[in-house]
Amino acid sequence: MNAPASPAAVAVAAPRPTPAWRSQLGTYLGLMAVLAGMVALFSTLSDYFWSVETFVTIANEIPALAVMAVGMTFVLIIAGIDLSVGSVMALAAATSAAAIVQWKWSVPAAALLALATGLICGTVTGAVSVAWRLPSFIVSLGMLEAVRGGAYVVTDSRTQYVGDAISWLSAPMLGGISVAFLIALALVVVAQLVLTRTVFGRCVVGIGTNEEAMRLAGVDPRPIRVIVFAVTGLLAGLAGLMQSARLEAADPNAGTGMELQVIAAVVIGGTSLMGGRGSVVNTAFGVLIIAVLEAGLAQVGASEPSKRIITGVVIVAAVIVDTLRQRRAAA
Amino acid sequence: MNRPASQAPAAPLLCIDAVGKDYTATVLDSITLALNAGEVLALTGENGAGKSTLSKIVCGLESATRGGMRLAGETYAPASRREAERLGVRMVMQELGLVPTLTVAENLLMGRLPHRAGWLRRDALHTAARAQLAKIGLDSIDPATPVSQLGIGQQQMVEIARNLQDDTRILVLDEPTAMLTPRETSYLFDQIARLTARGVAIVYVSHRLEELRRIADRVAVLRDGRLVDARPMAGMSEDDLVQRMVGRSVSDLEHRPRRAAGPVVMSAQGIGRGTAVQDVSLELRAGEVFGIAGLVGSGRTELVRLLFGADRADRGSVMLHPDPNTAAGATPSVLPRGFASPMQAIAAGVGLVTEDRKSQGLLLGQSIRINATLSDLSAISRAGWLQRAKENRLVQGFVQTLGIRCRSPEQPVGTLSGGNQQKVVFARWLHREGRVLLLDEPTRGVDVGARAELYGELDRMAASGRALLMVSSDLRELMAMADRIGVMSAGRLVAVFERGQWSEQSLLAAAFSEPGGREAPGHSSSSSPATV
Repeated sequence: MNAPASPAAVAVAAPRPTPAWRSQLGTYLGLMAVLAGMVALFSTLSDYFWSVETFVTIANEIPALAVMAVGMTFVLIIAGIDLSVGSVMALAAATSAAAIVQWKWSVPAAALLALATGLICGTVTGAVSVAWRLPSFIVSLGMLEAVRGGAYVVTDSRTQYVGDAISWLSAPMLGGISVAFLIALALVVVAQLVLTRTVFGRCVVGIGTNEEAMRLAGVDPRPIRVIVFAVTGLLAGLAGLMQSARLEAADPNAGTGMELQVIAAVVIGGTSLMGGRGSVVNTAFGVLIIAVLEAGLAQVGASEPSKRIITGVVIVAAVIVDTLRQRRAAA
Repeated sequence: MNRPASQAPAAPLLCIDAVGKDYTATVLDSITLALNAGEVLALTGENGAGKSTLSKIVCGLESATRGGMRLAGETYAPASRREAERLGVRMVMQELGLVPTLTVAENLLMGRLPHRAGWLRRDALHTAARAQLAKIGLDSIDPATPVSQLGIGQQQMVEIARNLQDDTRILVLDEPTAMLTPRETSYLFDQIARLTARGVAIVYVSHRLEELRRIADRVAVLRDGRLVDARPMAGMSEDDLVQRMVGRSVSDLEHRPRRAAGPVVMSAQGIGRGTAVQDVSLELRAGEVFGIAGLVGSGRTELVRLLFGADRADRGSVMLHPDPNTAAGATPSVLPRGFASPMQAIAAGVGLVTEDRKSQGLLLGQSIRINATLSDLSAISRAGWLQRAKENRLVQGFVQTLGIRCRSPEQPVGTLSGGNQQKVVFARWLHREGRVLLLDEPTRGVDVGARAELYGELDRMAASGRALLMVSSDLRELMAMADRIGVMSAGRLVAVFERGQWSEQSLLAAAFSEPGGREAPGHSSSSSPATV
């Protein structure tokens, strides 16, 4: 590729390929600009927004949302959807709390149980939708209900206090950053590499773009679909651990409606609901935007109703901007 | 109803004046044709001759790139099907336009459902629907039946009934009898006679020659987007028609010698699925191109999908013969009902270039690079991680050897021309260790220059010892490329011709033949596979 192109070869010689991150640069910059704009806006509206306290609050709120959004990004790229992540998070938190409090399990064993719970839930969602060729919307809607019921059973419908056995996971350390935050950050990086640099990631994008073409090219889409849902479940389990570490309790109602927040973060990051297009890094920006918006609105003293109205408008506006940008790029 | 052409009034009902249509290539080249009130004009020609495109332009479904039309003296340029229908120009399409979940009556009166303040008037709906059905002899159908419960032939009749409306001046029927029984066909013909008596002009698109004899007053033959001839049907024999449909000079390529065929690589024995493919047996040999001819709907695509495992056969078997160079004496492996999945076929060295590259071949939004390496990701990865440098090198190589014209390998394939898109699909099978490549209409939508390059690529693949199977609607292409040509009709392989034994007439005659009915004309029966 470094050889100088001879004049005759110019017509057919392919120019040097652009690195993948370059084509994503526009989106990165756009999302960063939105984020910077929001920070600037809230800083002028509130004297307290630009402070370490706000930063720590946001850094603590983010990990559970971010971890689930990573999984959801893959789900949306294969043109699926997983509505059960909020419930799965609650169930995973509940089983680990029950293990620690009632069954006196060790913390690592309880943590593994939480992850296993998430993994099983995700695998069931994926396997059922693949085996009977059902839309994942329906299957995960059923899981949302069933798993929530499971969380009530495990907790006996009461909040289980875990105490500080695992609170180190979410406790702010130096500069307000917690272990959970670092895990979420690492997951974003690893997931982005898996998406762009592995055969698995290539197949995920391909299946979301044109499943039949992938099948005829010799890639069996079924195991890949199941794996994507299984991993998303596993990550929801991890989010459950993070949540109960932060709150030192497992609430059977935890994460109600959180699936929509997760989907919103992914969509704000520009991942297409139609599948085939998405980026984990952009999802991370989406998570930040949602977290900053929430913290900022709370700081400026917005009422609960106006908070929700503004959040709704921001979600749709972000997607409109992204869609217009994509259309212009395609033209 | 072979009556002489009705006395043409001074001014024809519809004048088509030098109408042309370009997509990426020219598909219609200045057609000038007049249609008189009260006549049946048959429009015929081979697949891809431009019959459907011309019909669609007349009915407002497509707009002409060049030329114009006049309807009863007025300038006529319908922007939509709706506008054409308002002027009394209607079309019965090959693809059914019915809503399967609604009832027959609702479909018939869609767009003008009788209602009172928005509430449907069921009695009026059913009375009107029954009257319309009776016109076409469908009294037996209850208008309250959901369309999805009707057979395909009856659905076709409902579609026709929907377009038999009183204000119709021109009715275009595109292959209307393709799915009709003889009885339904006669009802349709009676109805056509009644319409023409009222002064309605009928454009009857079909390549069923014996039907044209029964119904048409005049016949217009299209070939390669040009109007070859338009003359009264009386006095035209089937041979005359075929001659006009084909009538082109034979190119040099068609006289090239047969390629040296190697050992059998893959064979099928009595393979079939439903009625789409029935008892097809064939052998694919290393280093030769086996062509498949036949009309659209004769089961060509379905056969290729069975051979690839994209659909599962429900009878018969596929055999893979080991390479005698590396595994002499080994027995062929028999796969009952063919490959279980495309994955299995690909693992065995069989590849498929699909007919519809946009919906089944390519990831349109993704780059050339991603599309070109799709079917062999293991070649560009280690332990599951992609080796981008290796992939880039490989793709650069494809772009150069295949002459893919693009800005960069990162360009989305959806933005390439048809020919370059097809080269990307070829690239996918080029670097795989393959023994068999199945190609379904590989040059559809590809311009002439790029076609020549694709032919060259196929030649090279055959020379390297691959067995190729190529489906094409373009007989000239098959006659140039293939060493043997099998002809399909109504799901069966009715004839297999060796290079040198075929002519366009004999291939067309076999394609038009009805298996189970009369014998395929031509010198074909000797090599025709046994049918049960």
